[in-house]
Amino acid sequence: MAEDTRAPSDRRRAYLALVGLIRTVLPTKGPAMATESESPVGSEFDQTGGSGSSPSGSGWGFPALLWVLKLGPLFVLLVLLIVMSLSSPYFLTGRNIQNLGIQSSIVAVLALGQLLVIICRGIDISVGSVVGLSGVIGVTVAGASWAGGATVLAAMVATGLAIGAVNAFFVVVGRIPMPLIVTLATLGIARGMALLISGGHTSTGFPGIINTLGSGYVWVVPMPVVVVVAVTVFVFILTERTRYGRWLYAVGGNPEAARRVGLPVNRIVASAYMLCGVTAGIAGVLTAGRTDTGDPDAGNLLELDAITAVVIGGASLFGGRGSAPNVIVGALILGTIRNGLDLIGVEPFWQTVAIGSAVLIALELDVMRGAIERRLRVRRSMEAE
Amino acid sequence: MTDNSQGPISPVLEVRGAGKSYGAVRVLRDVNLALRPGEILALLGDNGAGKSTLINAISGVHRLDAGEIRLDGVPVAFRSPQEARSHGVETVFQDLAVFDNLDASANFFIGRESARFGWLGPLAPLRRRSMADAWREEANRLEVNVPRGGQLAALLSGGQRQAIAVARAVSYATKIVIMDEPTAALGVRESTNVLRLVRKLPERGVAVILISHNLEHVMEVADRAVVLRRGSVVGEAAPTPDNHERLVSLIVGGGQHMI
Repeated sequence: MAEDTRAPSDRRRAYLALVGLIRTVLPTKGPAMATESESPVGSEFDQTGGSGSSPSGSGWGFPALLWVLKLGPLFVLLVLLIVMSLSSPYFLTGRNIQNLGIQSSIVAVLALGQLLVIICRGIDISVGSVVGLSGVIGVTVAGASWAGGATVLAAMVATGLAIGAVNAFFVVVGRIPMPLIVTLATLGIARGMALLISGGHTSTGFPGIINTLGSGYVWVVPMPVVVVVAVTVFVFILTERTRYGRWLYAVGGNPEAARRVGLPVNRIVASAYMLCGVTAGIAGVLTAGRTDTGDPDAGNLLELDAITAVVIGGASLFGGRGSAPNVIVGALILGTIRNGLDLIGVEPFWQTVAIGSAVLIALELDVMRGAIERRLRVRRSMEAE
Repeated sequence: MTDNSQGPISPVLEVRGAGKSYGAVRVLRDVNLALRPGEILALLGDNGAGKSTLINAISGVHRLDAGEIRLDGVPVAFRSPQEARSHGVETVFQDLAVFDNLDASANFFIGRESARFGWLGPLAPLRRRSMADAWREEANRLEVNVPRGGQLAALLSGGQRQAIAVARAVSYATKIVIMDEPTAALGVRESTNVLRLVRKLPERGVAVILISHNLEHVMEVADRAVVLRRGSVVGEAAPTPDNHERLVSLIVGGGQHMI
């Protein structure tokens, strides 16, 4: 019992430190976050921090803060859209909105696959290279006289699946505990193979179906956007509505417990990497079809965008959290930043800096969410006594 | 209570001559144990006494080097917790019981989700509504108080989380529930709630093996206490206040190991 009384006071100190941290960070997160959260959250902090005695206060400040963190990405996107449309008269033109959709689509597809891997505590940084490799494989296969459009499409997607399978093999069967390094290796391998096969040259000549997928339109909607919608629906149903989805989240949330309740943990993790590879193959199709080229350098650094989109969308790199719709919001945030900075005339090199910074902020918010949840749980436990 | 326990009822679980070594370290030596149906047996012992190794062997996490485990008189050797589970042996593992990122209902059904079109296997669509209803019903029956509305387990109190884990074990076990420190890290009232849940198990004809460091809790619910020390069974006693001293000295090896 002695321990029971000591532990909360340590946690209380940690909590007060956290409160201070949030206070300094939140206003810099973005105008929407600050205004949305300031009134309820601020008063809750004052009450708890000021009185410092009874932990069982009104107790809705933390849930409110968690709610803000959950809906945060959407607010950020709305604010960005408003800011950009005020900054540039071209932003809201139909042509630019189509561009924004096309630009975001490749990152969105990659991010949806990345989401599956991140949910089960992995990460796949090889996807950018896979985009380049699948383009090169596609244009090489397209060069063969016997190959029709469907064959080329299948070859490109299969390229992604193959690299995904290699990743899965070394993470699961090879039991290498660092997926970051495994996929760093395949990042190098895939890029190297793309350069070897193409001899370093960019070639053109894709069949119609690839070009239609990459640059066609359904009425005014760019084809890549249609593809994204289809992949989103697929990933959403898979993660939210099936047994597989439950298991994926369970494995990410608590791998050891998942093993103990008898879930096929290895197969689940392997399938996530393979599906991620498939989405990288699809992103390769969209990239190649956009300009009818197989470019061995295509997709360079796209893994950063994909991971950023997932994390900005509120998924946790600690595993077990994240959803397909939020990933789309994350991809749109990135797309808007890139597109908007272009329109405003900011030097393009700043884009990568902005996106790198965005991922750091999102990661920090993820860490804070964990701390807030722990704090909330402690409070609930104390209230239960 | 202890006297008539030697009656003719055949044990649901029997451990005979169990032995286990990790390298040169013998963590279990010739352990014998019998568990009768509907009995709550407390397994006591200091850290490193071999309690966890023993229950891990029973629940299919590890295998024994020597000896055998009989379930209803039939020798069994579970290769996984899942296999043990399919034989009606459920385990609530310490600290490993709950998925923080899932809600109560998802936790309750994990690995046994009810789904439409079962032939689709993992891709079968979940019956989320009916699972949520079934969980609520079960929670009511066990008088487990867990908030509705699909809150993540991360946001529930320690007692509520433990209650979910215990409810899961209770609902699926047909023979034995093994619990490793179910009240560790819980406050007084939440411990009481979990213990109340434990006491309900015999009503369902399920036997319980309870590991706990808290003798008060053991005295509250257990019918019998077996003490392990250095991998061997060193004694057995009814967990009554009269026996408190005796149990403590059995656990710490009072006097016998002073040299």
